Amino acid sequence: VNEFLTQYAFIIVPIIKIAILVFLVLTVDAYLTWIERKVIAHIQARWGPHRVGPHGLLQPLADGVKFIFKEDPLPTNVDKAAYFLAPFITLMLALTSLAVIPFGPQRFKVFGYETHVGIADVNISLLVLFAITALGVYGIALAGWASNNKYSLLGGLRSSAQMISYELALTLSVVGVVLLAGDFSLRNIVTQQSVPGRGVLGWNIFPQIIGFLCFYVAAIAETNRVPFDLPEAESELVAGFHTEYASMKFAMFFIAEYTSMITVSCLATILFFGGWLSPFPESWGFTHYLPSVLLIPFGIWVIFDGLRYENLLGRIVLPAAGAGLAAIGAGLVVFPAVNDIAQGPFWFFAKVFTFLFVYIWMRGTLPRFRYDQLMSFGWKFLLPVSIANVVITSAVIARIWRIH
Amino acid sequence: MTGPLIIFFVLAGLAVLGAISLILQKHPIHSALSLIVVMVALAGLYLLMGAEFVAAVQIIVYGGAIMVLFVFVIMLLNAGEEERTNFSKLATYAGIPLALAMTGFIAAAIAQSSGRLGTAAPSGTLTSTKTLSLLLFKEFVYPFELTSFLILVAILGAIVLAQREN
Repeated sequence: VNEFLTQYAFIIVPIIKIAILVFLVLTVDAYLTWIERKVIAHIQARWGPHRVGPHGLLQPLADGVKFIFKEDPLPTNVDKAAYFLAPFITLMLALTSLAVIPFGPQRFKVFGYETHVGIADVNISLLVLFAITALGVYGIALAGWASNNKYSLLGGLRSSAQMISYELALTLSVVGVVLLAGDFSLRNIVTQQSVPGRGVLGWNIFPQIIGFLCFYVAAIAETNRVPFDLPEAESELVAGFHTEYASMKFAMFFIAEYTSMITVSCLATILFFGGWLSPFPESWGFTHYLPSVLLIPFGIWVIFDGLRYENLLGRIVLPAAGAGLAAIGAGLVVFPAVNDIAQGPFWFFAKVFTFLFVYIWMRGTLPRFRYDQLMSFGWKFLLPVSIANVVITSAVIARIWRIH
Repeated sequence: MTGPLIIFFVLAGLAVLGAISLILQKHPIHSALSLIVVMVALAGLYLLMGAEFVAAVQIIVYGGAIMVLFVFVIMLLNAGEEERTNFSKLATYAGIPLALAMTGFIAAAIAQSSGRLGTAAPSGTLTSTKTLSLLLFKEFVYPFELTSFLILVAILGAIVLAQREN
Protein backbone atom coordinates (compact mmCIF):
# COMPACT_ATOMS: atom_id res chain seq x y z
CA VAL A 1 0.00 0.00 0.00
CA ASN A 2 2.80 2.36 0.94
CA GLU A 3 4.57 1.78 -2.37
CA PHE A 4 1.33 2.41 -4.27
CA LEU A 5 0.81 5.67 -2.35
CA THR A 6 4.32 6.94 -3.09
CA GLN A 7 4.05 6.01 -6.75
CA TYR A 8 0.72 7.69 -7.38
CA ALA A 9 1.14 10.51 -4.84
CA PHE A 10 1.08 13.08 -7.66
CA ILE A 11 -2.55 12.09 -8.36
CA ILE A 12 -3.74 11.18 -4.87
CA VAL A 13 -2.44 14.24 -3.01
CA PRO A 14 -4.09 16.80 -5.34
CA ILE A 15 -7.40 14.88 -5.19
CA ILE A 16 -7.32 14.94 -1.38
CA LYS A 17 -6.47 18.65 -1.43
CA ILE A 18 -9.31 19.35 -3.88
CA ALA A 19 -11.76 17.42 -1.70
CA ILE A 20 -10.72 19.36 1.41
CA LEU A 21 -10.87 22.71 -0.40
CA VAL A 22 -14.29 22.05 -1.98
CA PHE A 23 -15.67 20.94 1.39
CA LEU A 24 -14.26 24.04 3.11
CA VAL A 25 -15.46 26.42 0.40
CA LEU A 26 -18.99 24.99 0.32
CA THR A 27 -19.20 25.26 4.12
CA VAL A 28 -17.94 28.83 4.03
CA ASP A 29 -20.46 29.58 1.24
CA ALA A 30 -23.28 28.23 3.38
CA TYR A 31 -22.28 30.24 6.41
CA LEU A 32 -21.63 33.31 4.28
CA THR A 33 -25.37 33.35 3.50
CA TRP A 34 -26.02 33.22 7.26
CA ILE A 35 -23.54 36.05 7.94
CA GLU A 36 -25.04 38.08 5.09
CA ARG A 37 -28.59 37.70 6.38
CA LYS A 38 -27.51 38.49 9.93
CA VAL A 39 -25.43 41.55 9.02
CA ILE A 40 -28.04 43.02 6.66
CA ALA A 41 -30.74 42.35 9.25
CA HIS A 42 -28.80 44.24 11.89
CA ILE A 43 -28.13 47.11 9.43
CA GLN A 44 -31.90 47.31 8.94
CA ALA A 45 -32.65 46.97 12.69
CA ARG A 46 -34.02 43.40 12.42
CA TRP A 47 -32.89 40.14 14.03
CA GLY A 48 -32.37 38.07 10.92
CA PRO A 49 -32.55 34.24 11.15
CA HIS A 50 -32.84 33.19 14.80
CA ARG A 51 -35.29 30.28 14.89
CA VAL A 52 -33.29 27.31 13.58
CA GLY A 53 -30.69 26.69 16.24
CA PRO A 54 -29.06 29.31 18.48
CA HIS A 55 -28.59 32.60 16.57
CA GLY A 56 -30.11 30.81 13.55
CA LEU A 57 -26.83 28.93 13.11
CA LEU A 58 -28.53 25.89 11.56
CA GLN A 59 -30.37 28.03 8.97
CA PRO A 60 -27.91 27.12 6.14
CA LEU A 61 -28.56 23.41 6.81
CA ALA A 62 -32.31 23.99 6.72
CA ASP A 63 -31.92 25.92 3.46
CA GLY A 64 -29.85 23.10 1.99
CA VAL A 65 -32.49 20.51 2.86
CA LYS A 66 -35.18 22.78 1.42
CA PHE A 67 -33.27 23.22 -1.85
CA ILE A 68 -32.79 19.49 -2.29
CA PHE A 69 -36.43 18.58 -1.66
CA LYS A 70 -38.04 21.40 -3.64
CA GLU A 71 -39.84 20.61 -6.87
CA ASP A 72 -37.73 21.32 -9.93
CA PRO A 73 -40.19 22.19 -12.71
CA LEU A 74 -39.00 22.42 -16.33
CA PRO A 75 -40.54 25.46 -18.05
CA THR A 76 -42.03 24.88 -21.50
CA ASN A 77 -40.04 25.68 -24.64
CA VAL A 78 -36.71 26.04 -22.90
CA ASP A 79 -33.57 25.17 -24.79
CA LYS A 80 -32.91 22.02 -22.77
CA ALA A 81 -29.17 21.63 -23.37
CA ALA A 82 -28.31 25.23 -22.53
CA TYR A 83 -30.84 25.35 -19.69
CA PHE A 84 -29.21 22.41 -17.89
CA LEU A 85 -25.67 23.37 -18.82
CA ALA A 86 -25.83 26.97 -17.53
CA PRO A 87 -25.84 26.35 -13.74
CA PHE A 88 -23.15 23.67 -14.12
CA ILE A 89 -20.87 25.98 -16.14
CA THR A 90 -21.34 28.76 -13.59
CA LEU A 91 -20.59 26.59 -10.56
CA MET A 92 -17.75 24.68 -12.21
CA LEU A 93 -15.90 27.83 -13.28
CA ALA A 94 -16.44 29.48 -9.89
CA LEU A 95 -14.92 26.49 -8.09
CA THR A 96 -12.13 26.02 -10.65
CA SER A 97 -10.86 29.55 -10.16
CA LEU A 98 -9.99 28.72 -6.54
CA ALA A 99 -7.53 26.08 -7.75
CA VAL A 100 -4.70 28.52 -8.50
CA ILE A 101 -4.94 30.54 -5.28
CA PRO A 102 -2.10 29.96 -2.79
CA PHE A 103 -3.34 30.05 0.81
CA GLY A 104 -0.07 29.98 2.69
CA PRO A 105 3.72 30.00 2.37
CA GLN A 106 4.43 26.45 3.61
CA ARG A 107 5.69 23.59 1.49
CA PHE A 108 5.39 20.11 2.97
CA LYS A 109 5.80 16.48 1.96
CA VAL A 110 2.99 13.92 1.80
CA PHE A 111 3.92 10.34 0.80
CA GLY A 112 7.26 11.76 -0.36
CA TYR A 113 5.50 14.18 -2.72
CA GLU A 114 6.33 17.82 -2.15
CA THR A 115 3.26 20.01 -2.10
CA HIS A 116 2.01 23.34 -0.79
CA VAL A 117 -1.06 25.04 0.67
CA GLY A 118 -3.27 25.46 -2.38
CA ILE A 119 -4.09 23.16 -5.28
CA ALA A 120 -2.02 24.22 -8.28
CA ASP A 121 1.08 26.40 -8.18
CA VAL A 122 1.06 27.73 -11.75
CA ASN A 123 3.51 30.42 -12.76
CA ILE A 124 0.84 32.28 -14.73
CA SER A 125 -1.82 31.87 -12.03
CA LEU A 126 -3.10 35.43 -12.40
CA LEU A 127 -3.70 34.92 -16.13
CA VAL A 128 -5.38 31.57 -15.47
CA LEU A 129 -7.73 33.29 -13.03
CA PHE A 130 -8.63 35.92 -15.61
CA ALA A 131 -9.13 33.26 -18.25
CA ILE A 132 -11.60 31.44 -16.00
CA THR A 133 -13.38 34.70 -15.11
CA ALA A 134 -13.62 35.50 -18.82
CA LEU A 135 -15.54 32.27 -19.40
CA GLY A 136 -17.79 32.88 -16.39
CA VAL A 137 -20.15 35.11 -18.33
CA TYR A 138 -21.47 32.20 -20.43
CA GLY A 139 -23.25 30.58 -17.52
CA ILE A 140 -25.37 33.64 -16.82
CA ALA A 141 -25.86 34.61 -20.46
CA LEU A 142 -26.97 31.08 -21.38
CA ALA A 143 -29.26 30.80 -18.36
CA GLY A 144 -30.96 34.02 -19.41
CA TRP A 145 -31.27 32.99 -23.03
CA ALA A 146 -32.28 29.35 -22.55
CA SER A 147 -35.07 30.11 -20.06
CA ASN A 148 -37.35 31.43 -22.84
CA ASN A 149 -38.45 34.31 -20.64
CA LYS A 150 -38.16 38.00 -21.50
CA TYR A 151 -37.00 38.99 -18.03
CA SER A 152 -34.37 36.28 -18.02
CA LEU A 153 -33.18 37.26 -21.49
CA LEU A 154 -32.84 40.90 -20.42
CA GLY A 155 -30.94 39.81 -17.31
CA GLY A 156 -28.62 37.65 -19.41
CA LEU A 157 -28.02 40.45 -21.93
CA ARG A 158 -27.34 42.99 -19.20
CA SER A 159 -24.97 40.60 -17.54
CA SER A 160 -22.97 39.93 -20.72
CA ALA A 161 -22.67 43.65 -21.49
CA GLN A 162 -21.71 44.43 -17.90
CA MET A 163 -19.12 41.68 -17.68
CA ILE A 164 -17.47 42.60 -21.00
CA SER A 165 -17.29 46.24 -19.92
CA TYR A 166 -15.89 45.67 -16.45
CA GLU A 167 -13.53 42.85 -17.39
CA LEU A 168 -11.32 45.37 -19.20
CA ALA A 169 -11.01 47.58 -16.11
CA LEU A 170 -10.50 44.51 -13.90
CA THR A 171 -7.61 43.22 -16.01
CA LEU A 172 -5.99 46.63 -16.47
CA SER A 173 -6.23 47.51 -12.76
CA VAL A 174 -3.92 44.66 -11.75
CA VAL A 175 -1.30 45.40 -14.42
CA GLY A 176 0.33 47.81 -11.95
CA VAL A 177 0.80 44.97 -9.46
CA VAL A 178 2.19 42.70 -12.18
CA LEU A 179 4.64 45.43 -13.19
CA LEU A 180 5.81 45.85 -9.57
CA ALA A 181 6.25 42.11 -9.07
CA GLY A 182 7.53 41.38 -12.57
CA ASP A 183 5.63 38.10 -12.40
CA PHE A 184 2.21 36.56 -13.03
CA SER A 185 2.57 34.06 -10.20
CA LEU A 186 0.33 34.88 -7.23
CA ARG A 187 2.86 33.24 -4.88
CA ASN A 188 5.68 35.47 -6.12
CA ILE A 189 3.44 38.54 -5.97
CA VAL A 190 2.96 37.87 -2.24
CA THR A 191 6.66 37.15 -1.65
CA GLN A 192 7.58 40.39 -3.40
CA GLN A 193 5.44 42.32 -0.87
CA SER A 194 7.40 40.96 2.09
CA VAL A 195 9.97 43.72 2.71
CA PRO A 196 12.04 42.94 5.84
CA GLY A 197 11.21 45.19 8.79
CA ARG A 198 8.48 47.14 6.99
CA GLY A 199 5.42 44.98 7.55
CA VAL A 200 2.28 46.64 6.22
CA LEU A 201 4.29 49.40 4.49
CA GLY A 202 5.71 46.89 1.99
CA TRP A 203 2.30 45.88 0.65
CA ASN A 204 1.15 46.80 -2.83
CA ILE A 205 -1.79 48.81 -1.52
CA PHE A 206 0.41 51.87 -0.96
CA PRO A 207 1.91 52.33 -4.41
CA GLN A 208 -1.24 50.86 -6.02
CA ILE A 209 -4.13 52.44 -4.13
CA ILE A 210 -5.79 53.60 -7.38
CA GLY A 211 -5.27 50.17 -8.88
CA PHE A 212 -6.89 48.59 -5.83
CA LEU A 213 -9.96 50.83 -5.92
CA CYS A 214 -10.45 50.13 -9.64
CA PHE A 215 -9.91 46.42 -9.03
CA TYR A 216 -12.42 46.22 -6.20
CA VAL A 217 -15.15 48.15 -8.03
CA ALA A 218 -14.65 46.11 -11.21
CA ALA A 219 -14.55 42.87 -9.22
CA ILE A 220 -17.88 43.65 -7.54
CA ALA A 221 -19.36 44.27 -10.99
CA GLU A 222 -17.88 40.98 -12.25
CA THR A 223 -19.48 39.05 -9.40
CA ASN A 224 -22.87 40.73 -10.00
CA ARG A 225 -23.18 42.02 -6.46
CA VAL A 226 -24.85 45.17 -5.15
CA PRO A 227 -24.55 47.94 -6.37
CA PHE A 228 -23.92 46.20 -9.70
CA ASP A 229 -26.55 43.44 -9.46
CA LEU A 230 -28.45 44.54 -12.56
CA PRO A 231 -28.59 41.04 -14.08
CA GLU A 232 -30.96 40.03 -11.27
CA ALA A 233 -32.52 43.40 -10.40
CA GLU A 234 -35.64 42.07 -8.71
CA SER A 235 -37.64 45.31 -8.93
CA GLU A 236 -37.25 45.38 -12.72
CA LEU A 237 -36.64 41.82 -13.90
CA VAL A 238 -38.39 39.57 -11.29
CA ALA A 239 -35.16 37.66 -10.64
CA GLY A 240 -33.29 38.27 -13.89
CA PHE A 241 -31.37 35.37 -15.38
CA HIS A 242 -32.42 32.82 -12.74
CA THR A 243 -36.17 33.54 -12.79
CA GLU A 244 -36.96 30.13 -14.33
CA TYR A 245 -34.62 28.11 -12.14
CA ALA A 246 -35.72 26.32 -8.99
CA SER A 247 -34.41 23.86 -6.43
CA MET A 248 -30.77 22.78 -6.67
CA LYS A 249 -30.15 24.50 -10.03
CA PHE A 250 -31.16 27.81 -8.42
CA ALA A 251 -28.91 27.03 -5.46
CA MET A 252 -25.99 26.32 -7.83
CA PHE A 253 -26.13 29.89 -9.15
CA PHE A 254 -25.96 31.16 -5.61
CA ILE A 255 -23.17 28.84 -4.52
CA ALA A 256 -21.27 30.07 -7.58
CA GLU A 257 -21.93 33.70 -6.66
CA TYR A 258 -20.66 33.25 -3.11
CA THR A 259 -17.65 31.25 -4.33
CA SER A 260 -16.76 34.07 -6.71
CA MET A 261 -17.00 36.47 -3.78
CA ILE A 262 -14.47 34.31 -1.92
CA THR A 263 -12.19 34.17 -4.98
CA VAL A 264 -12.29 37.94 -5.44
CA SER A 265 -11.59 38.51 -1.74
CA CYS A 266 -8.63 36.09 -1.90
CA LEU A 267 -7.35 37.87 -5.01
CA ALA A 268 -7.64 41.33 -3.41
CA THR A 269 -5.80 39.98 -0.36
CA ILE A 270 -3.01 38.45 -2.44
CA LEU A 271 -2.53 41.26 -4.94
CA PHE A 272 -2.79 44.32 -2.72
CA PHE A 273 -2.76 43.29 0.95
CA GLY A 274 0.23 40.98 1.23
CA GLY A 275 -1.62 37.65 1.21
CA TRP A 276 -0.56 35.62 4.24
CA LEU A 277 1.98 38.23 5.44
CA SER A 278 1.52 39.79 8.86
CA PRO A 279 1.00 43.58 8.85
CA PHE A 280 3.58 43.91 11.62
CA PRO A 281 7.38 43.83 11.20
CA GLU A 282 9.01 40.47 12.10
CA SER A 283 10.69 42.05 15.15
CA TRP A 284 7.30 42.43 16.84
CA GLY A 285 7.25 38.84 18.09
CA PHE A 286 4.40 39.47 20.52
CA THR A 287 1.95 39.92 17.64
CA HIS A 288 2.24 36.16 17.09
CA TYR A 289 -0.08 35.70 20.07
CA LEU A 290 -2.89 37.63 18.36
CA PRO A 291 -4.76 34.47 17.19
CA SER A 292 -4.73 33.14 20.78
CA VAL A 293 -5.79 36.49 22.22
CA LEU A 294 -8.79 36.45 19.89
CA LEU A 295 -9.63 32.73 20.12
CA ILE A 296 -9.58 32.21 23.92
CA PRO A 297 -12.09 34.97 24.88
CA PHE A 298 -14.29 34.06 21.92
CA GLY A 299 -14.30 30.39 22.98
CA ILE A 300 -15.21 31.30 26.56
CA TRP A 301 -18.00 33.58 25.29
CA VAL A 302 -19.38 30.72 23.13
CA ILE A 303 -19.43 28.41 26.20
CA PHE A 304 -21.43 30.86 28.30
CA ASP A 305 -23.67 31.84 25.37
CA GLY A 306 -24.50 28.17 24.74
CA LEU A 307 -25.39 27.56 28.40
CA ARG A 308 -28.28 30.04 28.08
CA TYR A 309 -30.19 27.52 25.92
CA GLU A 310 -32.19 24.65 27.37
CA ASN A 311 -31.79 22.21 24.46
CA LEU A 312 -29.10 19.76 23.39
CA LEU A 313 -27.28 22.34 21.26
CA GLY A 314 -27.00 24.78 24.15
CA ARG A 315 -26.19 22.18 26.78
CA ILE A 316 -23.57 20.20 24.86
CA VAL A 317 -22.67 21.24 21.31
CA LEU A 318 -22.04 24.97 21.74
CA PRO A 319 -20.07 24.67 25.02
CA ALA A 320 -18.01 21.87 23.48
CA ALA A 321 -17.29 24.00 20.39
CA GLY A 322 -16.36 26.95 22.62
CA ALA A 323 -14.09 24.78 24.73
CA GLY A 324 -12.49 23.50 21.52
CA LEU A 325 -11.82 27.02 20.24
CA ALA A 326 -10.37 28.11 23.59
CA ALA A 327 -8.24 24.94 23.66
CA ILE A 328 -6.88 25.71 20.18
CA GLY A 329 -6.05 29.24 21.35
CA ALA A 330 -4.30 27.92 24.44
CA GLY A 331 -2.50 25.25 22.39
CA LEU A 332 -1.07 27.93 20.11
CA VAL A 333 0.46 29.62 23.16
CA VAL A 334 1.92 26.35 24.46
CA PHE A 335 3.40 25.18 21.13
CA PRO A 336 5.23 28.10 19.46
CA ALA A 337 6.17 25.93 16.47
CA VAL A 338 2.49 25.32 15.64
CA ASN A 339 1.78 28.99 16.29
CA ASP A 340 4.36 30.01 13.67
CA ILE A 341 2.70 27.79 11.07
CA ALA A 342 -0.72 29.19 12.01
CA GLN A 343 0.31 32.81 11.41
CA GLY A 344 0.07 32.66 7.59
CA PRO A 345 -3.43 31.13 7.37
CA PHE A 346 -4.62 33.36 10.24
CA TRP A 347 -3.72 36.60 8.47
CA PHE A 348 -4.90 35.28 5.11
CA PHE A 349 -8.33 34.36 6.38
CA ALA A 350 -8.61 37.50 8.50
CA LYS A 351 -8.06 39.64 5.41
CA VAL A 352 -10.34 37.54 3.21
CA PHE A 353 -13.07 37.70 5.83
CA THR A 354 -12.72 41.49 6.01
CA PHE A 355 -13.30 41.76 2.26
CA LEU A 356 -16.28 39.43 2.46
CA PHE A 357 -17.71 41.60 5.21
CA VAL A 358 -17.22 44.72 3.06
CA TYR A 359 -19.19 42.98 0.27
CA ILE A 360 -22.09 42.37 2.65
CA TRP A 361 -21.80 45.81 4.20
CA MET A 362 -22.10 47.39 0.75
CA ARG A 363 -25.15 45.29 -0.04
CA GLY A 364 -26.80 46.67 3.08
CA THR A 365 -25.80 50.24 2.31
CA LEU A 366 -25.74 51.12 -1.38
CA PRO A 367 -28.63 51.44 -3.85
CA ARG A 368 -28.41 49.82 -7.29
CA PHE A 369 -26.91 51.67 -10.26
CA ARG A 370 -29.13 52.66 -13.16
CA TYR A 371 -28.14 50.83 -16.34
CA ASP A 372 -26.82 53.89 -18.24
CA GLN A 373 -24.93 55.01 -15.11
CA LEU A 374 -23.34 51.56 -14.93
CA MET A 375 -22.15 51.72 -18.54
CA SER A 376 -20.87 55.29 -18.45
CA PHE A 377 -19.12 54.70 -15.11
CA GLY A 378 -17.37 51.62 -16.47
CA TRP A 379 -16.29 53.04 -19.82
CA LYS A 380 -15.83 56.74 -19.12
CA PHE A 381 -14.37 56.65 -15.62
CA LEU A 382 -13.08 53.26 -14.50
CA LEU A 383 -11.32 52.30 -17.75
CA PRO A 384 -9.43 55.62 -18.26
CA VAL A 385 -8.38 55.65 -14.59
CA SER A 386 -7.00 52.10 -14.78
CA ILE A 387 -5.16 52.91 -18.01
CA ALA A 388 -3.69 56.04 -16.37
CA ASN A 389 -2.62 53.88 -13.42
CA VAL A 390 -0.78 51.50 -15.78
CA VAL A 391 0.97 54.38 -17.57
CA ILE A 392 2.02 56.14 -14.34
CA THR A 393 3.20 52.91 -12.67
CA SER A 394 5.28 51.86 -15.65
CA ALA A 395 6.76 55.36 -15.99
CA VAL A 396 7.80 55.38 -12.32
CA ILE A 397 9.24 51.87 -12.53
CA ALA A 398 11.16 52.70 -15.72
CA ARG A 399 12.60 55.83 -14.08
CA ILE A 400 13.73 53.96 -10.95
CA TRP A 401 15.30 51.22 -13.05
CA ARG A 402 17.20 53.78 -15.12
CA ILE A 403 18.65 55.34 -11.94
CA HIS A 404 19.98 52.00 -10.69
CA MET B 1 1.01 5.75 -24.52
CA THR B 2 2.57 8.46 -22.47
CA GLY B 3 0.64 11.01 -20.44
CA PRO B 4 1.10 14.00 -22.76
CA LEU B 5 0.09 11.88 -25.77
CA ILE B 6 -3.16 10.82 -24.09
CA ILE B 7 -3.93 14.44 -23.21
CA PHE B 8 -3.12 15.44 -26.79
CA PHE B 9 -5.58 12.95 -28.26
CA VAL B 10 -8.31 13.92 -25.79
CA LEU B 11 -7.90 17.64 -26.56
CA ALA B 12 -7.51 17.11 -30.31
CA GLY B 13 -10.61 14.90 -30.34
CA LEU B 14 -12.51 17.55 -28.41
CA ALA B 15 -11.43 20.23 -30.89
CA VAL B 16 -12.44 18.15 -33.92
CA LEU B 17 -15.79 17.16 -32.36
CA GLY B 18 -16.46 20.79 -31.46
CA ALA B 19 -15.67 21.88 -35.01
CA ILE B 20 -17.98 19.24 -36.52
CA SER B 21 -20.73 20.14 -34.08
CA LEU B 22 -20.24 23.82 -34.96
CA ILE B 23 -21.25 23.08 -38.55
CA LEU B 24 -24.00 20.57 -37.79
CA GLN B 25 -25.84 22.50 -35.06
CA LYS B 26 -28.98 24.19 -36.29
CA HIS B 27 -29.19 26.96 -33.74
CA PRO B 28 -26.58 29.77 -33.87
CA ILE B 29 -26.15 29.74 -30.06
CA HIS B 30 -25.31 26.03 -30.13
CA SER B 31 -22.83 26.68 -32.94
CA ALA B 32 -21.23 29.46 -30.89
CA LEU B 33 -20.98 27.15 -27.87
CA SER B 34 -19.29 24.50 -30.01
CA LEU B 35 -16.82 27.12 -31.18
CA ILE B 36 -16.00 27.93 -27.54
CA VAL B 37 -15.25 24.24 -26.97
CA VAL B 38 -12.85 24.35 -29.95
CA MET B 39 -11.14 27.47 -28.57
CA VAL B 40 -10.67 25.99 -25.10
CA ALA B 41 -9.39 22.70 -26.52
CA LEU B 42 -6.89 24.65 -28.66
CA ALA B 43 -5.77 26.52 -25.52
CA GLY B 44 -5.14 23.15 -23.90
CA LEU B 45 -3.05 22.09 -26.92
CA TYR B 46 -0.98 25.28 -26.65
CA LEU B 47 -0.40 24.54 -22.97
CA LEU B 48 0.72 21.04 -23.91
CA MET B 49 3.30 22.58 -26.23
CA GLY B 50 4.64 24.73 -23.37
CA ALA B 51 3.16 28.01 -24.57
CA GLU B 52 1.48 28.94 -21.30
CA PHE B 53 1.00 32.63 -22.07
CA VAL B 54 -0.50 31.97 -25.49
CA ALA B 55 -2.85 29.40 -23.91
CA ALA B 56 -4.13 31.86 -21.31
CA VAL B 57 -4.49 34.64 -23.88
CA GLN B 58 -6.30 32.25 -26.24
CA ILE B 59 -8.97 31.69 -23.59
CA ILE B 60 -9.12 35.33 -22.44
CA VAL B 61 -9.31 36.85 -25.93
CA TYR B 62 -11.04 34.22 -28.06
CA GLY B 63 -12.95 32.24 -25.46
CA GLY B 64 -13.82 35.27 -23.35
CA ALA B 65 -14.02 38.50 -25.30
CA ILE B 66 -14.72 37.54 -28.91
CA MET B 67 -17.09 34.65 -28.33
CA VAL B 68 -19.00 36.59 -25.65
CA LEU B 69 -19.55 39.23 -28.31
CA PHE B 70 -20.81 36.54 -30.73
CA VAL B 71 -23.21 35.12 -28.14
CA PHE B 72 -24.28 38.62 -27.13
CA VAL B 73 -25.14 39.60 -30.71
CA ILE B 74 -26.97 36.34 -31.39
CA MET B 75 -29.02 36.84 -28.21
CA LEU B 76 -29.67 40.50 -28.98
CA LEU B 77 -30.88 39.77 -32.52
CA ASN B 78 -32.78 36.75 -31.19
CA ALA B 79 -31.62 34.75 -34.21
CA GLY B 80 -33.74 31.65 -34.68
CA GLU B 81 -32.88 28.21 -36.00
CA GLU B 82 -31.45 28.23 -39.46
CA GLU B 83 -33.58 26.78 -42.20
CA ARG B 84 -32.28 23.92 -44.29
CA THR B 85 -32.81 24.23 -48.00
CA ASN B 86 -32.18 21.43 -50.47
CA PHE B 87 -28.51 21.09 -51.24
CA SER B 88 -27.54 22.75 -54.47
CA LYS B 89 -26.52 20.36 -57.22
CA LEU B 90 -23.12 22.00 -57.52
CA ALA B 91 -22.34 21.38 -53.83
CA THR B 92 -23.26 17.69 -54.13
CA TYR B 93 -21.47 16.84 -57.34
CA ALA B 94 -18.47 19.19 -57.20
CA GLY B 95 -18.16 20.09 -53.53
CA ILE B 96 -17.83 16.66 -51.94
CA PRO B 97 -15.15 15.35 -54.36
CA LEU B 98 -13.26 18.64 -54.01
CA ALA B 99 -13.37 18.47 -50.23
CA LEU B 100 -12.15 14.86 -50.31
CA ALA B 101 -9.35 15.81 -52.71
CA MET B 102 -8.33 18.71 -50.47
CA THR B 103 -8.19 16.43 -47.42
CA GLY B 104 -6.12 13.96 -49.42
CA PHE B 105 -3.64 16.61 -50.55
CA ILE B 106 -3.17 17.97 -47.02
CA ALA B 107 -2.74 14.48 -45.58
CA ALA B 108 -0.25 13.58 -48.31
CA ALA B 109 1.72 16.78 -47.73
CA ILE B 110 1.91 16.11 -44.00
CA ALA B 111 2.85 12.48 -44.52
CA GLN B 112 5.61 13.39 -46.98
CA SER B 113 7.21 16.08 -44.85
CA SER B 114 6.76 14.34 -41.48
CA GLY B 115 10.35 13.07 -41.59
CA ARG B 116 11.78 16.55 -42.03
CA LEU B 117 9.62 18.28 -39.43
CA GLY B 118 11.05 18.58 -35.95
CA THR B 119 8.96 17.74 -32.93
CA ALA B 120 7.17 20.55 -31.12
CA ALA B 121 8.63 21.80 -27.87
CA PRO B 122 9.81 18.89 -25.73
CA SER B 123 7.05 18.23 -23.25
CA GLY B 124 7.59 19.77 -19.84
CA THR B 125 9.52 22.84 -20.90
CA LEU B 126 7.68 26.13 -20.74
CA THR B 127 8.43 29.24 -22.75
CA SER B 128 8.31 31.85 -20.04
CA THR B 129 6.16 34.92 -20.49
CA LYS B 130 9.27 37.04 -19.99
CA THR B 131 11.07 35.46 -22.95
CA LEU B 132 8.01 36.01 -25.09
CA SER B 133 7.67 39.65 -24.09
CA LEU B 134 11.38 40.30 -24.72
CA LEU B 135 10.95 38.85 -28.23
CA LEU B 136 7.83 40.93 -28.87
CA PHE B 137 9.09 44.24 -27.51
CA LYS B 138 12.76 44.06 -28.54
CA GLU B 139 13.32 41.95 -31.61
CA PHE B 140 9.90 42.27 -33.26
CA VAL B 141 8.87 45.65 -31.86
CA TYR B 142 8.18 47.27 -35.28
CA PRO B 143 5.91 44.52 -36.64
CA PHE B 144 4.19 44.44 -33.26
CA GLU B 145 3.55 48.18 -33.22
CA LEU B 146 2.43 48.09 -36.86
CA THR B 147 -0.11 45.39 -35.97
CA SER B 148 -1.52 47.49 -33.14
CA PHE B 149 -1.69 50.44 -35.55
CA LEU B 150 -3.65 48.25 -37.97
CA ILE B 151 -6.09 47.32 -35.21
CA LEU B 152 -6.45 51.00 -34.29
CA VAL B 153 -7.32 51.82 -37.92
CA ALA B 154 -9.91 49.02 -37.91
CA ILE B 155 -11.48 50.39 -34.70
CA LEU B 156 -11.63 53.91 -36.17
CA GLY B 157 -13.21 52.46 -39.31
CA ALA B 158 -15.84 50.70 -37.24
CA ILE B 159 -16.66 53.92 -35.39
CA VAL B 160 -16.93 55.86 -38.68
CA LEU B 161 -19.28 53.20 -40.09
CA ALA B 162 -21.41 53.23 -36.94
CA GLN B 163 -21.61 57.03 -36.87
CA ARG B 164 -22.52 57.46 -40.55
CA GLU B 165 -26.24 57.73 -39.80
CA ASN B 166 -25.75 60.84 -37.65
